[in-house]
Amino acid sequence: MAWFLFIILAVLSIGGGLGVVLTRNVVHAALFLLVSLIAVAGVYLILFAEFLALVQVLIYGGAIIIVILFAVMLTRSSDYPRISDNKQWPLAAVAALALLGVLVPSFVINSVEGTKAQNASFTGIGESLFTTWAVPFEIASLVLLVALIGAIIIARSGPGES
Amino acid sequence: MVDLVWFQLLSAALFVIGLYGVMARRSAVLIVMSIELMLNAVNINLIAAASHMEGTGSFAQFDGQLIAIFIITVAAAEVGLALAIILRMFRNRSTVNVDEIDLMKW
Repeated sequence: MAWFLFIILAVLSIGGGLGVVLTRNVVHAALFLLVSLIAVAGVYLILFAEFLALVQVLIYGGAIIIVILFAVMLTRSSDYPRISDNKQWPLAAVAALALLGVLVPSFVINSVEGTKAQNASFTGIGESLFTTWAVPFEIASLVLLVALIGAIIIARSGPGES
Repeated sequence: MVDLVWFQLLSAALFVIGLYGVMARRSAVLIVMSIELMLNAVNINLIAAASHMEGTGSFAQFDGQLIAIFIITVAAAEVGLALAIILRMFRNRSTVNVDEIDLMKW
């Protein structure tokens, strides 16, 4: 059963990813990205990471896709329905395939005998987050604050502009 | 039960697709989307390792999942900033194609 779900989710996420990098329409690319991200949330569920699946659906599916669609909407380029790629795309494909050729053998050769996937409770995650990882947690809140203020300052129009 | 190596292969495939997108796309919006794919590939890898190797070696029980949470946080901040930069770029140059933003190119 886990295998069946894994294969479906892997096909969905890789297919969505290929859609993102191959389609000619920016809005379609954003929707393909949504498919891929939701499939990845399913993969987290197979791995018993319920909290991460929830976060993935809320933040990626809810927030990040909306922000990307906003970016598409606010920068309405005339060539969005039929965008073109760089001239160097064959080189990019070769480089990407070369990286795949390095990654796959290294994962297969160095495969470790893992234990069975286990359940991780919400309580344990929360406890760990606010004890061992308390300092990174506070720094993350600072990072978000700085990023938001920076985004507002970059995006607002200056005194000389309309 | 699905072995750890299959999750790693899935993550490798997603990462490579994202890398191709970053290198081959011209529109900055699509480059941001490809970066999101790569971040997700890394998250799959971390969470798979966390749930398959729990309690073995130097892994604490939830470390992989917590690092993934921080990656998602940084990804959210990155997308917000990217939107601001893309808007500013579009307002100044009327394009979002990264190969036309060549003011600092020699």
